[in-house]
Amino acid sequence: MKEEVKLMKGNEALAHAAIRYGCDGYFGYPITPQSEVLETLMEEMPWETTGMVVLQAESEVAAINMVYGGAACGKTVFTSSSSPGVSLMQEGVSYIAASELPVLLINVMRGGPGLGTIHPSQADYFQATKGGGHGDYHLITLAPSTVQEMCDFVGLGWDLAFKYRTPAIILADGIVGQMMEKVILPPQRPRRTDEEIKKLCPWAITGKTSDRKKNIVTSLELDTAIMEDNNERFQRTYRKIEKAEKRYEAIGTDNCDFLIVAFGSMARICQKSIELAAKAGVKIGLIRPITLWPFPSEAVAEAAKNCKGVLVVELNAGQMIEDVRLAINDSNMPIEHYGRLGGIVPNPDEVFEALNNQLINK
Amino acid sequence: MKEEIIIAGFGGQGVLSMGKILAYSGLMEDKEVTWMPSYGPEQRGGTANVTVILSDEKISSPILNSYDMAVVLNQQSLDKFEEKVKPGGILMYDSYGIHTPPTRKDIKVYCVDAMDATFDLGNNKAFNMIILGAMLKLMPVVTIESVLKGLKQTLPERHHHLIPMNEEALKKGMSLIKE
Amino acid sequence: MELNDIIKPENRVYQKPRLLNDNHMHYCPGCSHGVVHKIIAELIEEMGLEDKAIGIAPVGCAVFAYNYIDIDWIEAAHGRAPAIATAVKRLQPTKMVFTYQGDGDLAAIGTCETIHAANRGENIVIIFINNGIYGMTGGQMAPTTLLGMKTATTPYGRRVDLNGYPLRISELVAAVDGSCYVTRQSVHTPAAVRKAKSAIKKAFENSMAGKGTSLVEIVSTCNSGWKKSPADSNKWMVENMFAKYPMGDLKNV
Repeated sequence: MKEEVKLMKGNEALAHAAIRYGCDGYFGYPITPQSEVLETLMEEMPWETTGMVVLQAESEVAAINMVYGGAACGKTVFTSSSSPGVSLMQEGVSYIAASELPVLLINVMRGGPGLGTIHPSQADYFQATKGGGHGDYHLITLAPSTVQEMCDFVGLGWDLAFKYRTPAIILADGIVGQMMEKVILPPQRPRRTDEEIKKLCPWAITGKTSDRKKNIVTSLELDTAIMEDNNERFQRTYRKIEKAEKRYEAIGTDNCDFLIVAFGSMARICQKSIELAAKAGVKIGLIRPITLWPFPSEAVAEAAKNCKGVLVVELNAGQMIEDVRLAINDSNMPIEHYGRLGGIVPNPDEVFEALNNQLINK
Repeated sequence: MKEEIIIAGFGGQGVLSMGKILAYSGLMEDKEVTWMPSYGPEQRGGTANVTVILSDEKISSPILNSYDMAVVLNQQSLDKFEEKVKPGGILMYDSYGIHTPPTRKDIKVYCVDAMDATFDLGNNKAFNMIILGAMLKLMPVVTIESVLKGLKQTLPERHHHLIPMNEEALKKGMSLIKE
Repeated sequence: MELNDIIKPENRVYQKPRLLNDNHMHYCPGCSHGVVHKIIAELIEEMGLEDKAIGIAPVGCAVFAYNYIDIDWIEAAHGRAPAIATAVKRLQPTKMVFTYQGDGDLAAIGTCETIHAANRGENIVIIFINNGIYGMTGGQMAPTTLLGMKTATTPYGRRVDLNGYPLRISELVAAVDGSCYVTRQSVHTPAAVRKAKSAIKKAFENSMAGKGTSLVEIVSTCNSGWKKSPADSNKWMVENMFAKYPMGDLKNV
């Protein structure tokens, strides 16, 4: 398959991008608003073309453990779900992180807590960026704001996951999952051969041959001294990632009066609010963190330096704002939060109004 | 060029697919497009709407509060979206089932009898394309040729014999707009 | 005749399988795990599956199975081994993939994964050690604990009104269309060990032949948990466990 321009939903783009990346396996369970990932994969029948395995699991719990098993074999595997399903997966995610396995996870967030709503939300920011399951670990967290980024971050997510042997998550929301846009799909890459996997992942479960010792993928270590060493190794990896992999988009942050920090779909809504503000003569800058972990703290602090206040806009009750406060670390700087909850998405006028009420006219 | 359009009606009226055809036609003309549906169970029987934005430049918000054009196909949608048309913008509605017509004077209001025209054509599947034809007459954001090209690319080959019927419906829709 | 005249390869009557290494096993004296480990190691060696066998270890006493048998292993979260095995076998169909699980792991927290893997007919082998108790965590009630049996969480004996009935997993797995071979065995006598070995061999063959899911239940003892001597445990198992969990094939297609 060559590069192709298509009109499709974000969820569909995830599926196509995965096939074209040379994915070995997908294991998932239907849940709104991300079921199109599994549906698209089943419709495309990649097992007939690339040999990719696609399986509808009996639960999210099974799906994440299938992904754990697949990744343990050095395979390029992923799963996708939405908030309640991702909560169910957290046990497996903790095991994956602790076993240092490269896995791609996708959360197309909906409003919670509980069964909540099927409508868009960004309320799983804490869960994704602070670990989510038990123990000290992080997920490389990518926040797409366009269908093109949904496509591109599949490849980026796997590249980073394999580079650092750690799970990566695409933290999307119902808007970017359900929205259709123009997307340029990359050309088809071949799946890795068994030989390539053995070379790239000497730790992988590929069957013990006489030329090597047995491989064991486990997160269990009852010797506390060794377990501390393991944890320190994980932390060293996280420090490396923090140093090298922070990503963000900055729009109009030079000499802006105020700064908005927003991610994913919400950042695009804010861009329109910024256009409205410009018409009213107020210059607003935007920092859109692309990696939510590692969080682009320096970029946020730099952009906020000369402005009069910061508005953090999220589809939640105030989660990323904690990282923004830590980044700016200035108690004299007004850092306000505007968010809608339970699946309500504010329109650009509402964000502009919040800007006026909470910062501009204060 | 940037046009922000909302199409709203009953679920099952083809609101979402009409928006998709419009977005796909924009793609045929190398435009940037977004198609943002209201999603979930409300699609099935309740009201459904889709925001379609076509632009020469990168599109920011896929969620809007005001529109250059609203195409409404039932009373509930008319009640909801009449006030959201930008001053000087266009409101087009199908007369079928409308008991309280729009009252705004600062926008251009068009009433089309698309349901009647559908019966004239003797094909109840043509309703969508009649509406699309009428709206493209009012806002020629893409050409009819691009719509047909888009259909040819998205429809499976076995349905290509339906394209002339769609063309006829588009033209019928255009003829419903009388300046 | 000198001793060295006797110690010759042609006179050897028994040898530990090469794949079973010299690591000191953490199992209690009298535990059935060691015997089942040996059978598995022997079979993998005899069947030439060393580079094809992939084991999925459970949470429970056999959590460290990977320390004793020298093949590639994945350690599963509690109960999830059949889901992991599903992915491993689908992604590496030429491998022989088996899970090794106890009754707490498989019959309680992992029932869902077990039934669904079998129902999909995954070409995997499930080795199910059923000793009617949680060994690793200190002798609590398992779904398979017999009525009246005393455990740490049924100190006065298991009662139906409090705890429900003992669960027969093999019967459930045999009932789903995707399983091809379900059998119940034990390893308390040399004859039983030989039968169990041929059952596991058949299961391994099924995995390689892609016939569906095979489950070999080994009704076992837990003399520590049961608070009996190894010999008494075997006797108690034959007299009580076998009544609820009768020996033999439940399904063989």
